[in-house]
Amino acid sequence: MSTATLTPALDVSGTAPTPFSRLVRTELRKTYDTRSGLWLLISIAVVTALVMVIQVSVALAQDLEVGFNDFLTSTSFSIGFLLPVLGILLLTSEWSQRTAMVSFSLEPRRTLVIVAKLVVGIIYAVAAVLVTLLLATVCTAVFDALSDIPADWDFTVKQTLLFLLLQVFGMLTGFAFAALLLNSPAAIVLYFAYSFILPTIFGIGAELIGWFHDIQPWIDFNNAQVPLFDTDGSVSGQEWAHLAVSGVIWLVIPLVIGFWRVLRAEVK
Amino acid sequence: MTAATIDLSGTTPTPFSRLVRVELRKSYDTRAGFWLLGAIGVLVLLAEIIAVWVTAVQDEPMEFGDFIGTAAFLTSFLLPVLGIMVMTTEWTQRTAMVTFALEPRRSLVIVAKMLVGVLLTLATVAFSIAVGFVANVVYGLLQGHTDWTFGWPDFAAFLITQVLAMLGGFALAALFLNTAAAIVVFFAYKWLLPGLFFLGSTLMDWFADIAPWIDFQSAQTAIWDWSSSGEDWAQLVVSGILWLGLPLGFGLWRVLRAEVK
Amino acid sequence: MITVERLTRKYGAFTAVDDISFVCQPGRVTGFLGPNGAGKTTTMRVMVGLTPATAGSVTIGGHHYHDIPNPGRHVGVLLDASAQHGGRTGREVLELGALSMGLPKTRVDEMLEMVSLTQAEAKRRIRNYSLGMKQRLGIAHALLGDPSVLILDEPANGLDPAGIRWMRGLLKGYAERGGTVLLSSHLLHEVEQIADEMILIGNGRIVAQGDKKSLLANAATGGVHSFATSLDNEALAAALTAKGVTVTSAGDGLRVDAETVEVGRTALEAGVVLTDLRNGEGGLEDLFLELTAETQRETVA
Repeated sequence: MSTATLTPALDVSGTAPTPFSRLVRTELRKTYDTRSGLWLLISIAVVTALVMVIQVSVALAQDLEVGFNDFLTSTSFSIGFLLPVLGILLLTSEWSQRTAMVSFSLEPRRTLVIVAKLVVGIIYAVAAVLVTLLLATVCTAVFDALSDIPADWDFTVKQTLLFLLLQVFGMLTGFAFAALLLNSPAAIVLYFAYSFILPTIFGIGAELIGWFHDIQPWIDFNNAQVPLFDTDGSVSGQEWAHLAVSGVIWLVIPLVIGFWRVLRAEVK
Repeated sequence: MTAATIDLSGTTPTPFSRLVRVELRKSYDTRAGFWLLGAIGVLVLLAEIIAVWVTAVQDEPMEFGDFIGTAAFLTSFLLPVLGIMVMTTEWTQRTAMVTFALEPRRSLVIVAKMLVGVLLTLATVAFSIAVGFVANVVYGLLQGHTDWTFGWPDFAAFLITQVLAMLGGFALAALFLNTAAAIVVFFAYKWLLPGLFFLGSTLMDWFADIAPWIDFQSAQTAIWDWSSSGEDWAQLVVSGILWLGLPLGFGLWRVLRAEVK
Repeated sequence: MITVERLTRKYGAFTAVDDISFVCQPGRVTGFLGPNGAGKTTTMRVMVGLTPATAGSVTIGGHHYHDIPNPGRHVGVLLDASAQHGGRTGREVLELGALSMGLPKTRVDEMLEMVSLTQAEAKRRIRNYSLGMKQRLGIAHALLGDPSVLILDEPANGLDPAGIRWMRGLLKGYAERGGTVLLSSHLLHEVEQIADEMILIGNGRIVAQGDKKSLLANAATGGVHSFATSLDNEALAAALTAKGVTVTSAGDGLRVDAETVEVGRTALEAGVVLTDLRNGEGGLEDLFLELTAETQRETVA
């Protein structure tokens, strides 16, 4: 400080830029240090567990055959539904609570902050998948032990990876919509419109219009993800192509526009 | 003015109609509110244009009721969001402090908000019918024949179900007082729950017996069918109490005694 | 008139407001003074029914707030100028208020003019307002219904010096016309200049109340002092010492443990020309810091 009056230039030689890992740690912490954030995470865990507990109870009571894979499929009612919401709130809460002003003055390289948030989203998707796998294992074991019907443990590493990819896609779609709109309610409504209404419209369109039927697989990201949780775990080359093209439309384009918006926007 | 007590004899309480007017105005005087209403209008318009265009080109038979149904599909998705926002904005933007300082009879404010939701729903329904009417006329011009099948019962059912959809959002909003939570739970209720009810009913007999009494969405088919079965209506009432009455009652109780921050 | 009777508000084990009673008289500006988190805002929130009281009660003009019909016409409230929808324009906020209270639209323009918000500023969305502008809008909103009681929480926050002076004049005039004004602040100097009556609160308890004079009289233990500068400080110091008054040198002048009137008289008698004579301002400030010492975040040396 004493030299500050002598040399007008700020001496920054001794200060290292904020390492990316620290940004990620900060962003990770921000997801659970508020009451609403903590409740979202708790809800996701509780709903996931609840769905599986109900599933295993019903299967036991009704003498139904269930396997490991069935427990993973039922997550479309839990993490499949809520991870995208997590992805949205990761980004938009910074705007609705106006903390972006603080975040971006501490780290003016905004891209890094957004990427750090994205990494946090992926960390949560991975964590959610790990928890799900664990819960599914427990449920399958319980079913195996209590039911006369042997449980179906069949599940490959490849299927596991595809399941992970599916959850990451879900989270990323939410995140991309959030980046595009920077507003929680709007992004959540758009996401649910995309996941619940659009398939119906696409379905009607494909049924009625010949040419639409042909392009639908290339623009319907929801539908393109179906092969990822097909039981056999095999995804054909064309299916990957559908996934890539529709993914560019629904993930990459909103993300890019969102990034561009965040970088040039006045932070209020 | 120097009197130690305030003379209230000259002041009439704020009339309810004025509360409704204030709340109505609040629903569209912000950018977010304006865009939500605008989005509903534009989407209905867009959907009808696409519907006319596609069905005319493909020679699909369409009647007036089908165009209304197209609009209903969209508005039943967005009206609950409107119902939610009418309620929660006051909390997320902290304007409840000003609102309740100007009108301490909080339940009146909440009822006024609910009425605003109903009014906007009626407006949306009127708009949908007008657009559907035009769409059917255009379809007629393109195809050379029109089918005006859409009776008063259908109209009434359309109106009631849309109001119920809006109220569903409103009730959850009153319960959570948080936009994101209310929207997520509403969509879970609207899109995930029917699947679960169906699964439960196919798997378990006892659940199949109680499902009609707790599934508010299925119970609403009684309105479309103008069912003559008393049981159908009883199911509508019971499930309605469960999904509208309870959250609204609990939410109202919460708002009335909550500290407004 | 605002009457607070044995008001207590607890949050679990924490007592925000602890059994306080006071009265704000019509025709006077009452300053509600205390360090951050002393319970000022909580008390004001209870007054307007936004926070339920744990015990005790508040009446405004003899009525509970909840029982006042169209309360905006009787009680003007500004609790948090930032608690407004960012997407609404300033004018819209006032128009909504006017609509709620059943006032003509012309009232909105009058108010805008009164708080010096231009038409162009009033058309901007509140998201783009500075704190000072929000504060002016909040004051306009509080005055909209021409109430006889004003409850303002930290109204000077964010106002520029000209704005603070304007508000001071506004509230004084308002009280002179018979209105009751309660305003809170954590800045002594601000309240000292406006308030006829002061209520000092710390840790949820009232530590002192009264007008400035009686507060200072009660605090006589701290000792009154003044600062004097003259053309001949040595002669003045000698004359004062001769009278048995303690004098110490302070900067260019003297710190005298006596009231200004005593110093002036001594200077006259000694034939010394005074160039500056001031009350040792510290009086009230010392008192404030002393009374709230246990509740201050920083210990005062």
